[in-house]
Amino acid sequence: MTKHLIGHAPSRRSVLKGMGAGLVAASAFPGYTWAQSSAPIKLGFQLHRTGIGAAYGRWYERTAQAALKVLNDGGGINGRPVEIVFEDDATDPKRGAEVVEKLASQAGCDAIFGPLFSHVVIGSAPRAGELKIPYLVCSEGYHVASGMLNRWTLQPGITDVRAQVSSMAPWVMQNLGKKVTMVYPDYAFGYDHRDFFTEAVKAQGGEVIAQIAIPPTETSFTRYLPQIPAETEVLYHVMVGPAVLTFVKELGDFYGSGARPQIFGFIDSLEAVDTATPGLEFLEGTHFWEGHNRVKQADASEAETFYRAAVGVDDNGASVSDAKDVSTYAHMFSCWETLFIIKQGMEAAGYQGPADRQKFVEAIEAMTAFEAGNDHPQGAKMFNGKTHQVFGHQFISKVEGGKLIRVHQTAIEDGMYPDAVDYTTQSF
Amino acid sequence: MKVWILHVAVLLALLVLLLVLPAYHATNLARIMVLAVFAIGYNLAFGYTGLLSLGHALFFAAGVYGAALPVTYLGFAQLPALIAGLVAGAVMAGLTGLLALRTAGVSFMIVTLMFAQAGYLSLLYFGEVTGGDEGLVLPGAAGLIPGLSADAARTTIAYGLFALALIASLLLVRGRFGRTMVAMRENEERSRMLGYNPFAVKLAALVLSGLFAGASGAAYALLFGYAGASFATIQYSILPMLWVLMGGAGTVLGPLIGTAAMFYLVDIAGSYTTATLLFVGVALVLLILFAPRGILGTIRERWLPWLP
Amino acid sequence: MGFGPFLLLALMESAVTAATLALTAVGLSLVFGVMRVVNVAHGEFFMLGAVAAWFITNFIGGPPWFAFLMALALAPLAVAAIAALADRLILKRLDYEPEATIVATIGLLYIFQQAALSFYGPQAMPVEPPFNFRIQLPWFGYSAYKLSVILLAALVLIGVWLFLTRSKAGLVMRATQVDRETAQAFGIDTDRVYAAVFALGAGLAAIAAVLIVPIAQAHYLMGHDPLLLAFITVIVGGLGSLRGTVIAAILIGLSDGLIAFFWSPTLAKILATLLVAMVLVFRPQGLFGARTT
Repeated sequence: MTKHLIGHAPSRRSVLKGMGAGLVAASAFPGYTWAQSSAPIKLGFQLHRTGIGAAYGRWYERTAQAALKVLNDGGGINGRPVEIVFEDDATDPKRGAEVVEKLASQAGCDAIFGPLFSHVVIGSAPRAGELKIPYLVCSEGYHVASGMLNRWTLQPGITDVRAQVSSMAPWVMQNLGKKVTMVYPDYAFGYDHRDFFTEAVKAQGGEVIAQIAIPPTETSFTRYLPQIPAETEVLYHVMVGPAVLTFVKELGDFYGSGARPQIFGFIDSLEAVDTATPGLEFLEGTHFWEGHNRVKQADASEAETFYRAAVGVDDNGASVSDAKDVSTYAHMFSCWETLFIIKQGMEAAGYQGPADRQKFVEAIEAMTAFEAGNDHPQGAKMFNGKTHQVFGHQFISKVEGGKLIRVHQTAIEDGMYPDAVDYTTQSF
Repeated sequence: MKVWILHVAVLLALLVLLLVLPAYHATNLARIMVLAVFAIGYNLAFGYTGLLSLGHALFFAAGVYGAALPVTYLGFAQLPALIAGLVAGAVMAGLTGLLALRTAGVSFMIVTLMFAQAGYLSLLYFGEVTGGDEGLVLPGAAGLIPGLSADAARTTIAYGLFALALIASLLLVRGRFGRTMVAMRENEERSRMLGYNPFAVKLAALVLSGLFAGASGAAYALLFGYAGASFATIQYSILPMLWVLMGGAGTVLGPLIGTAAMFYLVDIAGSYTTATLLFVGVALVLLILFAPRGILGTIRERWLPWLP
Repeated sequence: MGFGPFLLLALMESAVTAATLALTAVGLSLVFGVMRVVNVAHGEFFMLGAVAAWFITNFIGGPPWFAFLMALALAPLAVAAIAALADRLILKRLDYEPEATIVATIGLLYIFQQAALSFYGPQAMPVEPPFNFRIQLPWFGYSAYKLSVILLAALVLIGVWLFLTRSKAGLVMRATQVDRETAQAFGIDTDRVYAAVFALGAGLAAIAAVLIVPIAQAHYLMGHDPLLLAFITVIVGGLGSLRGTVIAAILIGLSDGLIAFFWSPTLAKILATLLVAMVLVFRPQGLFGARTT
């Protein structure tokens, strides 16, 4: 049985075939460069289709599909069509590494992108490094810039958590209050928030007076709420996972219409959740970080309008075909932008095939800035080739009439911090 | 004699497969062999001794971290770290057994489950050291064996470990202790009257089982360069049970077959459909309807009664 | 906030946890006790109940209390029907062989999860509570609906208890639990009893889920924690003892809530887990179980 299965190469995979997809795959003829010139470029997408990240995965896939269509309509990469192989990693680090393997060795992808969850990225990156395949993550974790990973792993599409929280702190201190209580999940993702926000608050002359860590298996939160000190001026919350809405609702039950601190949350607490859900009325007047404004703002750029229409998102941030299907808007732009950075990098490197992977990584490392536009609908960004990390604008929105309206935009420099690593000195 | 020829032939076939398979499947086979060691260990406790544990993730994770922590913080070389992981798995199983073996049947299942859950939460609680849910990146297989590439070293060690585990388990279950274990599974009261100490026998079986699980966890972490708390979740207690039941509980080769079948079930499902879980679920149900004793267990029952 | 109000809040929270846990666990206890089946898919019946409630309330519309009552009536029936079907098509053919049923119910778990993922989706969506009333205490506010969950769960449990002790069907179930062969000898159709018990167990999990879904939303992976907790509760309570199951649910709900007051929450979870495990180590038959092996 085993042998039979091993010999069984998949014949029908979820591939998006571009023009000329019927041509012989490039890797089959490594010696003949002429054969590669029109063969499609194959990109692997490590997708959280099942598991805890599925709500993100669904929108990451839609965004990548939309970006791919725009890319191919515009002539592909170096004139070659592009196709994406999507493979489910079940949001699991072990399966993640296997998927990297499958996309690189079996599907013959030129590069891999797309994972969001930190543990999947950290579990998969070592294998990507061994296979020497570019691995472009969309995860907002601080693990890339911290130096934990390797030369083949880059994060050019989304700002990391450390930069996000540090850039928020000044505005929060000046406008909401100086005494902060933080509520965050009791594991690594939460610790990034705890450590970097606390540090940034101190630098602004504020104080974090309580840190409330919620265990990962918790599905009800009310009993933690009394630990919020009465003198709290700002309540900072960030939660992830399916129980997040419960947390926000219970916060509402707890405070009701009575006196309450200012509330500042990371939109992660409400990604893929409708802010107009019954029971969330108390969110009115509270603030959120957004990586990208879910509700179309009055001053939305042309690129923003173009992007929104291409992905199929309405002005409220839900699917155009189902208003209950709310997007993960604050994060998913990273898939779109990463695809266009791959294009830019491959064209700069004169990418022909897997032999040029190293040149491709070097080409991305040489990048310094991205201009706002259709390729970068979230806005302009600066890229640090040494730490493999991009830095962009962050947004603070206020809930007004059940909608998230932007009240502040940080400067890119607000989130920058000293380099912790120089990947360019590492060997390939 | 037939038995030995069969198992040596299987080992030789694996060797040939490793050499001729395309890179992707060869690496998969390395993963399967390492995980099959975990399944073999689970089979010793469950298939032969009748200990239905839902806590083996604890022993596997003990192996993962027993190897990963010394490498990260004490500068251990990788082979000593492998030994450390293996010992950690056995010690953890011993400690668990001392308490949990006071219970039997479903109570044993739940007690081991809860110990494993406490272990998982502890990995998160001590996240500063363990890396928590995100985990730790380890050096990987490069340089494990001087002069060999990472892939070659990984395959060699995975194969060596599996061959050792398979032969050890074969010797074990065909030996005196194996018969004692089975006696314990079949009728504890009777074996007590025959002069065996059930607690000691079961504890020994569990420690052996934990040793295999620890070796597998340590090898997995070292060969693939990653340790994380996800290896301690309940999923990693259920998986070895599933592998063993699929392959055939109480058969020596069943764990390998079950592990490989499950791996390729998931892998192939991902290539053909977006409804991967449905594919896997239906396959499991059909398999168990038509082969209720697992693949090899059913073959043994129907055609090859001499299979160990 | 002082110690008193905090304790009050913790107690109320524990009571809500205990109430839904008791329902889920009693369902599992019946299946476990009568059929001797380790039903790994029990948590998925819980999940299906919540998802069904979402579909029903959205389909029916109307005032929230009406939609919710319809969900409370229909979702458990739908889930029970699915369970009965699964019993007939799969478990019965395996002759309830313990090891084979573990694999089969793991298979069912995957099938149900995929069904929910494909037809319902990966996101968490709430069901509107039948009423949105907030009780404002001097120290904090509390959802009145949550308190009503305790009451409703208690009513259902009393109903189950009456059914099992006073009705003929309940008597037949208990007789089958004590001794399957003898029950058969007395002309009881044990196949039907098993299907009914499996359906009833799944239906109870679904009721618990419908009650919890206005607080905690439906999500396709939500069955995981209820499954583990229910298993623990059933065994700690003592196999075959419904009274034990309910008391264990209360103890586990309380230990979880109160220990969190004294230690950091994750450490509290670790301690609570070990504490409950120790109960079993030193009393393997559970709190109210008869000592058997």
